[in-house]
Amino acid sequence: MESQLPPLQIVIPLVAAPICVLLRNRVVTLGFAIAVCWATFGVSVALLDRVLASGAIVYEMGGWAAPWGIEYRIDALNAFVLLFVSGIGAIVLTFAPRSMGDEIPASRQYLFCAVYLLCLTGLLGIAITGDLFNVFVFLEVSALSSYALIAMGGRRKALPAAFQYLVMGTIGATFILIGIGLMYMMTGTLNMEDMAARLPIDGGVRTTLVAVAFLTVGIALKMALFPLHGWLPNAYAYAPSVVTAFLAATATKVSVYILLRFMFSVFGIEFAFEDLALGRALLPLALLGIFVASIVAIFQTNIKRMLAYSSVAQIGYMVLGISFATATGLTAGIVHLFNHALIKGGLFMAMGCVMLRLRSVDIEDMAGLGRTMPWTMAAWVVGGLGLIGVPATAGFISKWYFIQAALEQGWIIVAVLVLMSSLLAVAYVWRVVETAYFREPSERAREASEAPLSMLIPTWALIGATVFFGLFTTRSAGVARQAAEALLGGLP
Amino acid sequence: MADVLGLYNYWVVIFLMMTGFYIVISRRNLIKKVIGLSIFQTSVFLLYITIGKVRGGTAPIVADGFEVYSNPLPSVLILTAIVVGVATASVALALVVRIREAYETIEEDEIFEQDR
Repeated sequence: MESQLPPLQIVIPLVAAPICVLLRNRVVTLGFAIAVCWATFGVSVALLDRVLASGAIVYEMGGWAAPWGIEYRIDALNAFVLLFVSGIGAIVLTFAPRSMGDEIPASRQYLFCAVYLLCLTGLLGIAITGDLFNVFVFLEVSALSSYALIAMGGRRKALPAAFQYLVMGTIGATFILIGIGLMYMMTGTLNMEDMAARLPIDGGVRTTLVAVAFLTVGIALKMALFPLHGWLPNAYAYAPSVVTAFLAATATKVSVYILLRFMFSVFGIEFAFEDLALGRALLPLALLGIFVASIVAIFQTNIKRMLAYSSVAQIGYMVLGISFATATGLTAGIVHLFNHALIKGGLFMAMGCVMLRLRSVDIEDMAGLGRTMPWTMAAWVVGGLGLIGVPATAGFISKWYFIQAALEQGWIIVAVLVLMSSLLAVAYVWRVVETAYFREPSERAREASEAPLSMLIPTWALIGATVFFGLFTTRSAGVARQAAEALLGGLP
Repeated sequence: MADVLGLYNYWVVIFLMMTGFYIVISRRNLIKKVIGLSIFQTSVFLLYITIGKVRGGTAPIVADGFEVYSNPLPSVLILTAIVVGVATASVALALVVRIREAYETIEEDEIFEQDR
């Protein structure tokens, strides 16, 4: 049983999805899907424990030895990604039943569960697999289901947003497919470890370069790296609250994981960062992304849209950490992957509570909300503090590592820019705090009552986790450090 | 010259790829965008199948008298990618239908106009 954990991670949600369609009954399906999500989370906890105790786990699908068969390879990095993706998947779905009540028609909620589980399967699959083509397949599984999830948004604006995401996402995935094809052409293998052993190739440099270019652009599109973030704000703003919370916390993070995996495990740090100087290309994009997206966020009136722009900025931080290509820089990037997933998940869930009571996420309607929905807004404030990077929140840990990494390189300007960008975060977080606490309640806010416990508890679970991981970092930064060192040392 | 003509498959791939990509970027009609996207994806299918071809190789079936076989793996991979392509197109078309119901138009400009 224990040796079968890696496939179970994928098979449980994958098989559960069609069962949801068969069950149809709203209550039964929701209960079933939530149970499945928590089971998936349990599997990933067991996997992380085993990886930390005894090193990487390799599983050969169907008993076919790599490089012929598909191999699942789990080291500290994937186990960490699997853990937070499945954990957030479970918490968000627990939050879902009440939250989607108004946003998704009851008759379609069983379909929502099915698509949600498929999306989770795709994201976990990307993280767990050691096969390049498998990455593409799971990428499309998660992408196609996320288009459907976004289109379930109550307002009609969700439809063009989903369509735009579909077009951009498909272009990104096809770019990745082209890149994988060219790499296969040069190496004759699809297994990541096997390919890494055959690179770099003499005499085939140009094809490899084109492949790297396609892969980088494709992945950048998928993770919404500035300036390829065009699809993200609308998709997050108009999707149902549950979907936004789930996708914002997981989808782009998994894409960042693919970038890490390709650049460090497959191409190797020497090729990607010394020969190609990819770091020098990513660094300015990351910094530009942080500043432009943060400034745009300040001027948004739709708070979900504001948080979406803030997400684009946070992706910038992660890429910044990667572009250093040092142990501390990577640790910063990976730990921020985790911390930001918690923070943004929590913030979007708080917005889900606001949406439930106000039926609006406009800043004007949120005036004075701190009085009528104290617990929700308190969660928002703690999440917002994490976004800024105030000490004793998870965000501080990330910022600390980012600045440390920049100083290690002697790049004082970058460290100063990171600090300055935090001030921009103060600006957009403060706008909401001021409106919610220091203004006369709006008409909608006066009639609002506190969100139900079934939503508050999951929201506070994530928000509480951001405080917990701001104080106790062995399970976040410690694991991230281990993962970063493994990446720099080649495949574990 | 032999380099150019000998690689004509790749020229076709690049031509299709650019055609599809250009349609996606330049057309405002959502159906045309879906068509462009499909052409773009199809070009990649052709790229993979071309990769698998071994000059002078036969179909990869074991038989007496044949030593050189084409690589079957890219074709198998692309079978999966074709399924993905079909699924993408169908999700896209389903979205277009719903957009048409909600906006009474499938022109991108008019949709943005209505939402302003």
